[in-house]
Amino acid sequence: MTSLPQDPASSRFKLGEDDKPIVMSAGFILVILAVGTIYTLYTQGTATLLSPEYLLQQLQVGAFLGIVAAGMMLVILLGHIDLSIPWTIAAGAMMATTVGGPMAIPVGLGVGLIVGLVNGLGVAYLRIPSMIFTLGVNAVMRGLMVAHTGGFAPQTAATDLMQYLAVGKILGIPVALMVWAVVSIAVMLLLQRTAVGKSIYAIGNKEAAAYLAGVPTKRVIVTAFCLCGMLAGLSGTLLAGYSTKAYQGMGDAYLLPAIAAVVIGGTHILGGRGRYLGTLIGVILIVLLNSVLSIMQMPESGRQIIYGTVIIVMLLVYGRGRKVTS
Amino acid sequence: MNDIRVRLSQNAALLTAIAIFILSYVFYNMNHPRGFSVAVLIQNSNEVFTLAMVAMAQTVPVLMGGLDLSVGAIMTLVNTIASHLLNGSPLQIALGMVISLAAGAACGFVNGCIVVYGRIQPIIATLATGAIFLGLALFLRPSPGGNVDDDLSWAATNDLYEIAATYGYAQNGEAAWFQPISWIPVPLVLLVLVAVLVWLPFARSVTGRTVYAVGSGEGAAYMSGLPIDRAKIAAFTLGGFFAGIGGLYLTLQTSSGNADIPQAGAYTLNSIAAVVIGGTSLLGGVGTAIGSIFGALILRTISFNFRIFEIDPLMQPLFEGVVLLAAVSLGAFRVLRVKNTLELFR
Repeated sequence: MTSLPQDPASSRFKLGEDDKPIVMSAGFILVILAVGTIYTLYTQGTATLLSPEYLLQQLQVGAFLGIVAAGMMLVILLGHIDLSIPWTIAAGAMMATTVGGPMAIPVGLGVGLIVGLVNGLGVAYLRIPSMIFTLGVNAVMRGLMVAHTGGFAPQTAATDLMQYLAVGKILGIPVALMVWAVVSIAVMLLLQRTAVGKSIYAIGNKEAAAYLAGVPTKRVIVTAFCLCGMLAGLSGTLLAGYSTKAYQGMGDAYLLPAIAAVVIGGTHILGGRGRYLGTLIGVILIVLLNSVLSIMQMPESGRQIIYGTVIIVMLLVYGRGRKVTS
Repeated sequence: MNDIRVRLSQNAALLTAIAIFILSYVFYNMNHPRGFSVAVLIQNSNEVFTLAMVAMAQTVPVLMGGLDLSVGAIMTLVNTIASHLLNGSPLQIALGMVISLAAGAACGFVNGCIVVYGRIQPIIATLATGAIFLGLALFLRPSPGGNVDDDLSWAATNDLYEIAATYGYAQNGEAAWFQPISWIPVPLVLLVLVAVLVWLPFARSVTGRTVYAVGSGEGAAYMSGLPIDRAKIAAFTLGGFFAGIGGLYLTLQTSSGNADIPQAGAYTLNSIAAVVIGGTSLLGGVGTAIGSIFGALILRTISFNFRIFEIDPLMQPLFEGVVLLAAVSLGAFRVLRVKNTLELFR
């Protein structure tokens, strides 16, 4: 390396631009836990929030959001977005419970994969803005599922394996958490160690440059959308296991929190920058925030306001863009 | 002659939207069991107005190259505010309407300030403010309800004759000069008034041109010395104002306020679809709010058609989805015309 010599001590403790969001969000998680603990100590006299059971339970609930957010991050890194998440989750869950038996989980994943493939083809080959194309696909999936179920919650139940993956425990550790961990490690390896991962960052920074550098940009975009759809399908399958059945609108509550988790974790909404660790911490932050607010019996109105304010304040601290001057 | 051809080609998307709307609406009326009637027209225009306003609200930030995910939330917030204020003496009602519209504009102004001074991407900033606005709406109306002046509600959602008859203008609507126009639905009149009195002057002002310029190329706009910050804040404020009109009308139409979160989301998503169908580019710089009105009209006319053909209600969402997807996929023909692959990456 021919770069200027640096003082090793100062460079070690200086935060890079990508580290700042992660450290800040982690700090904010501690603040949430501290405030919640003070509240429970004051009202109940116990520090419920700091018990391992509580934390593990929160992580189990967070796994569903975390898996969705992992897929969403791949798409956002490309500079795109996937608004078809809600009905991909519901479709994965409904088809998995409909088929049942040993094929339930593969079918749930497959439905997500097909939706992702359609999204990817529309965005990469037809060049339709992802914002509007995935919105249309979401509407079509909703239509298909309403036609399939008759507009009611399907009578079919989740298989035992689905329920085990969602609520089971091994040595006290929720299985859902392990599934999330496996997904996380896979996504992290994909982003850091593979050509596809590097290509995703390159496309997010400037697709034309990536194309000229020989990256098969269309195939990479399709791959990312497929993975995003498949992870949404997986999350839907697990959610169906968690509540023992699929129901209408079960994915609606996951779209905006997933985007928020990715962005709070420092991934740039226009793509090209961000680390998976940030998304992981963003998910934990959102799950804990929701949980603490419900422990405090905050009404829905107050929750929405706090939720929005937190996103804006976090971004004001570290997500500010540069002024366009040329 | 050449000038006309240039103008036509520049507005091809808008003209296509108008043509599709006219075709589908004529088709609807030809197949309507009772044929064209003023009662049906009034009902249709009532159902269209709010979405048309929210679509116009979405257009302004989109032209600037942004996106406003809070338009549905602003509409809902203004709906809940207006459901508390639209009663009492005429003066109180008028004041309530002004406050409601001002609240909508204020929400947009907040969005603009966060985007300009906070330098946060519009899509994520409005995602967050949308949550805040919905929270405020839930605070104002934890459960649906409201107290809205019946006369106003009746007059605003019918034809011009009912306004005159309710408030005693033009000899209670019986004046001879009034007859040729007395059948026109009020929402259509309001729609034209908003487009002509608010949108057109804005689009022709320096601020309005700057909104287009920012959407085409922010760097170039900056180098040309255009008032970028002012244009961005104005774009979001005007968007909030339009969404506020939509919320106010929704209050008059339903005579109540309802902090309905799924409804707010549906309006936001439909507004994006209406904007795209109306010929506005999501990349910014190209399009008009007039196009978005026709986009909203097309979306609603499609649902009207479902109603008269008695399509299985369970199949309706699927048809709507397929039509929406097909409509947005029309833009894909651009790919066939591109001669240099690099032009695709924009």
